[in-house]
Amino acid sequence: MRRYGRDTALVDCGGANIASLRFALERLGVQAHFTRDARRIEAAERVLLPGVGAAGAGMGRLADAGLLELIPRLTQPVLGICLGMQLLYEGSSEDDTPCLAVIPGLVELLEASPEHTIPHMGWNQVDRRADSRLFDGIPDGSWFYFVHSYAASPGEHCVGDTEHGRRFASVVNRNNFFGVQFHPERSGRHGQRLLKNFLELPWN
Amino acid sequence: MLARRIIPCLDVRDGLVVKGVRFRGHRVMGEIMDLARRYREEHADEVVFYDITASPHGRSVDRSWILRVAEVLDIPFCVAGGIRDVAGAEEVLMNGADKISVNSPALADPDLIGELARRFGSQCVVVGVDSSGGDGRWRVHELTGDPSLSREAGRDTLDWVREVQDRGAGEIVLNCMNMDGVRQGYDVEQLCAVRDCCSVPLIASGGAGAPDHFVEVFRRARVDGALAATVFHSGQIAIPDLKEYLATRDVAVRE
Repeated sequence: MRRYGRDTALVDCGGANIASLRFALERLGVQAHFTRDARRIEAAERVLLPGVGAAGAGMGRLADAGLLELIPRLTQPVLGICLGMQLLYEGSSEDDTPCLAVIPGLVELLEASPEHTIPHMGWNQVDRRADSRLFDGIPDGSWFYFVHSYAASPGEHCVGDTEHGRRFASVVNRNNFFGVQFHPERSGRHGQRLLKNFLELPWN
Repeated sequence: MLARRIIPCLDVRDGLVVKGVRFRGHRVMGEIMDLARRYREEHADEVVFYDITASPHGRSVDRSWILRVAEVLDIPFCVAGGIRDVAGAEEVLMNGADKISVNSPALADPDLIGELARRFGSQCVVVGVDSSGGDGRWRVHELTGDPSLSREAGRDTLDWVREVQDRGAGEIVLNCMNMDGVRQGYDVEQLCAVRDCCSVPLIASGGAGAPDHFVEVFRRARVDGALAATVFHSGQIAIPDLKEYLATRDVAVRE
């Protein structure tokens, strides 16, 4: 097996359920460091920013760990998952929370309707808007597992989008920063492939 | 478009998967891990593990298997049974479960739903409702895991469905008891009534016996997912075949 991800940091935002993500990485042969140590995160070959729960609490935990200034300055590949992706934007209307502002745009509540229940929970398709190495080996329109109520509109850094009442950004990429609104660790073989693609991205 | 979910339910007792008819006479269907692996391979959209004996006997589920399941499954799974408080829910979620489902403990203490939703987020909190009745009136039952304790909970089903949403439930599993285990089809009339007052995801449970039952419940009751046990465990309905059939009947499913 190729030795990728030999030093992968999994940012410890506290409280979040990351067991399933850790197991998914282990299935790919990667033992991630679960850490909030800024030096360790800065030195990692790649960084995963997981997140479950509300935006305000998520930003509060990053602030408590002293990571607010560090994360936007990272130069290695960074992958935000679910709330972790939302925190990459400028802000979230959830609790009116200013976020990391790595990617322009705002995260807003999806609108509930009889045909589109909130939270958006279940398997939905990701349609490609631009090429990304994250998609290597994954067919356009593949299904991924989502659990969320807030999302960003597809903007200039959106490389994949999904429809639930309205179209929203489900995969973003700006420079070394990547984000997925779904849970790759819970998205079967396509999710596994996407994580593998991230772990194999070159670190410039 | 969001796929309609096909959800095998593994009723767990003493580390084994069991299934009864109309909540009585449980028989062993197999090992937890064997069935979990099989459903992953068959492209189930989610798996529910339900300890049917936990609530009535006043004890908790043996949690050791949750970590093993989380290591193997790359699809979401929910654990139900014996979760009575925030600490119990936290243990299950930290072991890798994606959701927890509460039923009788929520009836005994409705505040529990709000406490769980505030701590973990509504998306983690499923409320299971065991219900029976007819002619436009349905009643909630509790402690249904044990026939000697099972009883009516003194609540109207539609009122309870509205209340649990207000309290923060992120999903509702409606188990139609009069159809459970008899494979005559889902209780579409009851599910339609609940759908009309349910704006969170709704999962149908109880009664699946043939592929057309799934078509009917998705098309008529517009449920988000359909849960079944016996027809999947026994191999009578293979999930890949079922999904192929649903796709030909214009039901959106994940391949």
